[in-house]
Amino acid sequence: MTGPDARPAPPGGRPAERRGRREGRRRGSGWITAILFVLPALVLFTLLVLTPILVAGYTSLHKWNGIGPPSDFIGLDNFTRLLNSDIFIGDLQNGGILVVLSLVVQLPLSLGLAVMLNQRIRGRALYRLLFFAPYMLSEAITGVLFSLILSPEAGLANRLLTSWGLEPWSWLSEPDTVLFSIFLVITWKYFGFHMIIYLAGLQGIPKELHEAARIDGAGGWKVFRHVTLPLLGPTIRVSVFLSVIGTIQLFDLVWILTGGGPSHASETMAVSMFEYGFKRTQIGYSSAISVAMFLISLVFALGYQRFVLRRDLEGASTTMGDHR
Amino acid sequence: MIARFRTVPIHVIVWVAAVFIVVPFVYGLFGGFKTTAQLSENPLGLPSPWVTENYTDVITTGAFWRQLLNSLFIAVATTVLVVFLSAMAAFAFARFAFRGREFLFTLFAIGLMFPFAVAILPLFILLRTFGLLDNPLGVILPQAAFGLPLTIIILRTFFRSIPNEVEEAATLDGCTPFGFFWRVLLPMARPALATVSVLAIVASWNNFFLPLVVFNDPNLWTLPLGVQQFQGEYAADTAKILAYVIVSMVPALAFYAVAERQLISGLTAGATKG
Repeated sequence: MTGPDARPAPPGGRPAERRGRREGRRRGSGWITAILFVLPALVLFTLLVLTPILVAGYTSLHKWNGIGPPSDFIGLDNFTRLLNSDIFIGDLQNGGILVVLSLVVQLPLSLGLAVMLNQRIRGRALYRLLFFAPYMLSEAITGVLFSLILSPEAGLANRLLTSWGLEPWSWLSEPDTVLFSIFLVITWKYFGFHMIIYLAGLQGIPKELHEAARIDGAGGWKVFRHVTLPLLGPTIRVSVFLSVIGTIQLFDLVWILTGGGPSHASETMAVSMFEYGFKRTQIGYSSAISVAMFLISLVFALGYQRFVLRRDLEGASTTMGDHR
Repeated sequence: MIARFRTVPIHVIVWVAAVFIVVPFVYGLFGGFKTTAQLSENPLGLPSPWVTENYTDVITTGAFWRQLLNSLFIAVATTVLVVFLSAMAAFAFARFAFRGREFLFTLFAIGLMFPFAVAILPLFILLRTFGLLDNPLGVILPQAAFGLPLTIIILRTFFRSIPNEVEEAATLDGCTPFGFFWRVLLPMARPALATVSVLAIVASWNNFFLPLVVFNDPNLWTLPLGVQQFQGEYAADTAKILAYVIVSMVPALAFYAVAERQLISGLTAGATKG
């Protein structure tokens, strides 16, 4: 209808046109535009995050050494083997012990230091900077440093002990206590991270509340117990969540410090998965461990969100950065 | 007076914690200036004489610099990819109402719960199928994919906070959705983009597990992998390993000094919400 020499529509007609276009964008063609924006991320995510979980599910049902396609279907045998394996049960216990230690020792320590650094003490900016520094280091590099510090003869830890007249200790080769050594390193690396989160939470609590409580006659501990702690609740719940999820997938530190030894005493699920998958090429069994890890994190995450966090988590957790 | 005495225990506790953090660093730093023989005779004191050979050896070998560049390249490529793709997706999630939006967003959000370690073995199988082993892309693409959920969530929150009037004005001026996204939204979102970029860089820089299974070729090793392998190679030469460890820490700590603000705000923004 409009020829090449058609005049542009008079200015009065424009707003209607615009509105039409915008409505269109919001509805019909809008869908295509929106999907085009999401599509690249969705493709990458589906291919490299969702597919691996499905692949692990599939290969976990096979006996497979990784050569050729998996063809030896064995149903749930890998999972029965897993649940009957003392090693796997031990891995679960080790994970549980590390989680409990984190919750009972590391997080209260972080919280205590956060409360202290939230007061006006000299050099607090420097302390804050310092405590967070280990979080910046790669777990691998941290692991190498501590494997030298904790090494039996020449290591710093035992040199300190003997210089104080104490017996040297087998930090990384004593089955009963090796987990505590691992936990020591975890605490060194991660307590500053939790402390920083708590500090941010503390700074969100209005000063007036503390003052009001003090005027009402509450002492330091009471203020902490009845004002600070409840208001810090959401922050603590998030930090607990990150700590547990981090512990479930703990690998780098353990692999470098002990390789899971001595005799599986410090092994985690991820170390076991690596051992079977990449060292012994029992891909099917190793996949079953991956699936178990996935289910454990999923059940924990969903349960935690449902019963503990409800809606206050949005945007809070990272899985790429590790927070133990 | 009394108030001053009351803080004494606090100072003591904080100081003890500081010593606990500092000692390993100092041990490594001074250890690198000793010979291994000196280190075993005199582990606690200052180096005497100061030996610079360990450090100069590390920084004059090609391996260290190659690993540094590999880490850098992988971190930058991962970050550019994850931030760009996430920004596009977050834009759609924040500013379009479309069918399936909530479902897709939930799908990404669920990704937050996947520990990276869960996917290592199947990722290895997939990457082998695609021929991406011993290829930087084999690390870059999965890292970017696993970074998407958090980046999308942070950016969506930010994009939502930009008033509708801005978009309306841009549209009236003839901006297409992509034009608005590219020329208006992204420049406005610079602080948020800086935050998510810093998080992505740190995550990539410190990744060990994925490079460990993907890279066989020493020429592709990143720093964490290089340090671990170096320890295996020079097992007896503790002082030299300490020097390598300390030198490898420098870039991360320097980055921390520069980007502390973005890093802390990124890590705490979500955690303190609600």
